[in-house]
Amino acid sequence: MSTTGQDVLSVRDLRVWYGTERGAARAVDGVSFDLRPGEILGLVGESGCGKTTLGRGLLGLLPRGAFVDGDVTFKGKPMPAVASKEYRALRGAELGMIFQEPMTRLNPLMRISEHFEETVRAHHPGVSRERVRHAALEVLRVMGIPPTRYRSYPHEFSGGMRQRLTIALALVLRPAFIVADEPTTALDVLVEAQIIKILADLRREFDTSLLLITHNLGIVSEACDRVAVMYAGRIVEIGDARQVFRSPQHPYTQELLRSTISLSTTGLSFIPGSPPDLVDPPAGCRFHPRCPHAMRVCATQAPVPLEVAGGQRVECWLHGPESQVPPGGGEPLHVREELSVADEA
Amino acid sequence: MPTKPEAARAPRRAEHDETLLSIRDLRVHYALRGSSLARLFGRDVGTVKAVDGIDLEIAKGEVLGLVGESGSGKSTLGRAVLGLAPITGGSIAYEERRIETMSGRALREVRRNLQMVFQDPSAALNPAMDIETAVGHPLRIHRLARGDELRRRVVDALERVGLSPADQFLTKYPGELSGGQKQRAVIARAIILDPVLLIADEPISMLDMSVRSKLLQLMLDLKADLDLTYVYITHDLASAKFFCDRVAIMYLGRVVEIGTTEEIFADPKHPYTQSLVGAIPDLDPDRSTPRDLPRGEIPDAASPPLGCAFHPRCPQAFDKCGWESRDLRVLLESHWTTVPEAEYDAERAIIGDVDALDLPDHVAALPAGRGHSGGDVERVLDTIHAADPDEPFWRGVRQRRVVDAGVGIDFHEGEDPALRPAGGVQVACHLYPPPGDAAGPPPQPKE
Repeated sequence: MSTTGQDVLSVRDLRVWYGTERGAARAVDGVSFDLRPGEILGLVGESGCGKTTLGRGLLGLLPRGAFVDGDVTFKGKPMPAVASKEYRALRGAELGMIFQEPMTRLNPLMRISEHFEETVRAHHPGVSRERVRHAALEVLRVMGIPPTRYRSYPHEFSGGMRQRLTIALALVLRPAFIVADEPTTALDVLVEAQIIKILADLRREFDTSLLLITHNLGIVSEACDRVAVMYAGRIVEIGDARQVFRSPQHPYTQELLRSTISLSTTGLSFIPGSPPDLVDPPAGCRFHPRCPHAMRVCATQAPVPLEVAGGQRVECWLHGPESQVPPGGGEPLHVREELSVADEA
Repeated sequence: MPTKPEAARAPRRAEHDETLLSIRDLRVHYALRGSSLARLFGRDVGTVKAVDGIDLEIAKGEVLGLVGESGSGKSTLGRAVLGLAPITGGSIAYEERRIETMSGRALREVRRNLQMVFQDPSAALNPAMDIETAVGHPLRIHRLARGDELRRRVVDALERVGLSPADQFLTKYPGELSGGQKQRAVIARAIILDPVLLIADEPISMLDMSVRSKLLQLMLDLKADLDLTYVYITHDLASAKFFCDRVAIMYLGRVVEIGTTEEIFADPKHPYTQSLVGAIPDLDPDRSTPRDLPRGEIPDAASPPLGCAFHPRCPQAFDKCGWESRDLRVLLESHWTTVPEAEYDAERAIIGDVDALDLPDHVAALPAGRGHSGGDVERVLDTIHAADPDEPFWRGVRQRRVVDAGVGIDFHEGEDPALRPAGGVQVACHLYPPPGDAAGPPPQPKE
């Protein structure tokens, strides 16, 4: 299936709401983006901004009772309904997922070979062991796992090797799109760097598009082509990763970058407060209570998505459009709420 | 055993000159259980040397970072200081009083001065205990306060860590607090006894990025207000660089490099330190460069590599670093990840059983497979050598002996490097020969 030049995934106004006792928690609330073949899109933001829900929502891995709305186009066709047969055929074969804890995704009683046989045969029943082995050794080789270990059990591998195994399992059917949810959080620094290098090299070998969910901005800067910054269920800035890191346009992105501790950190800074309650988010721009540049308009009207000079799409009144700002709306908002230091995630 | 007490006096900043804690040749070894049968017959199933001969001096008022990957022994070292890990040997002196021999009242008194902040705040707080009880617990255990006085001190501690107004938090349970708030409560509990030394074991690594800097700021404020000394255990070099005065880089139960933060980050000497510093993803997209990462992972502490424990992963290793049979297996296996399946199948048939290589030895025998000769095995080795002649492994090979049954490989006898001064720091690496040692390392291309 060739999709040259066409977006692998096209998401329009996606919403995922969870029912809670207090009302609907709008974990993903009107998200739109496109993913090109072989592209790595980083998804960043604080915990509780809807990153994981967005990733799982795209793969139909949401808990029962979640409400999903919006248009998702996969390889030019509308994504089939989650419960349908067509959807089951896609998942695993065309849509893959890499999780945070590799050991919870591998069956301790099954050899690696059996994991591959199960995965491949779920979609291609009756494929011979030989052919599974051939396909498996090919991906394992790219992951740097020697073929001598093909008949081993998961416990015989180190943590980093196990994560490589789950990546290999996700890749063996050559899916067009993979969601990796914090794939390196449980790993050590050097192993993390090894895995990130593997993920960054995926497109060369497999032409797989990747949505890389992480809270580590350094990883995005190293491995991603584009980055989407999520806040309270919305993508507030999306664009070329180098461009966004070099010149972030949304105040949230700026604050997030400033509060990250890196080797060049000489002083600590942080964003006051914490991400809002998704059942009852603030009116207007959801970031306005924590925003150092908040204006009057920010507290009343939701900002309009806008393409700015650097090419990224930003949702922030600082970038206009002027015509939609009501008279006096550009005045600074002095009532930036008093936020307790301890009021944090 | 690479223990050199006189060499252990690593440099430190001039303003910290009063030694608070002095650790000498500290060892924490765990016996492996094995099967009940093995224990019955007294068969030795081995030990894990979690901490294996560490010398450290911690000065009053400084922040010492213990940095390393998981399995490096950094947490065990921190716990051993508080008596939370059994000490096999060596000594720990707090203000010149040996704590490892203390018990009863004397120990309790010292313990008041040494407190710990754990990595996972959810696990460190009893979910059935409200914050007032949890934070006040140390005062009750040490019988230092009760009633109104107890509550006053709990409120004071909560306010100090930013959980204010404290009234709002006293009756809360851990489940009602966010991760950052829980960690603040854990810190409040640690400072309520007015300690001198705080051992913080990955205090921010479980928290969200934006909360990390808040907690680090809190620890800096507390240090200034309460005149604290910190041992900061972490795998995150970026926060260690910002937070610590001195850094000790640990690998497999040893300190491999120790010195001032400034010098360690400006000029990392040990290849392990170099790769750790190089592995930190850079936020600036213009500065991020492709990196040479060390292969593999931290090895099994139950059977550490011969010679220098880092040699199997070290890009700069040479003959005396301790090459051995297991390295040969790694060499073969990593070669097989680079060749097509057919080639692997063919080569795998030429070489016989490789499991025997798992017994560490400076002499390795690589048997030929059924129907193949030592000459065939030798040809496979030649192919591997030709494919990557710069592979450090070959520097460790003294000679190869081709016989009918296979190929025998003799490695140079390795040596476990002890800490020695290099520049302003101490480093345990053969690239830096100890002073007075005429035989230096062979010229190594160092980037």
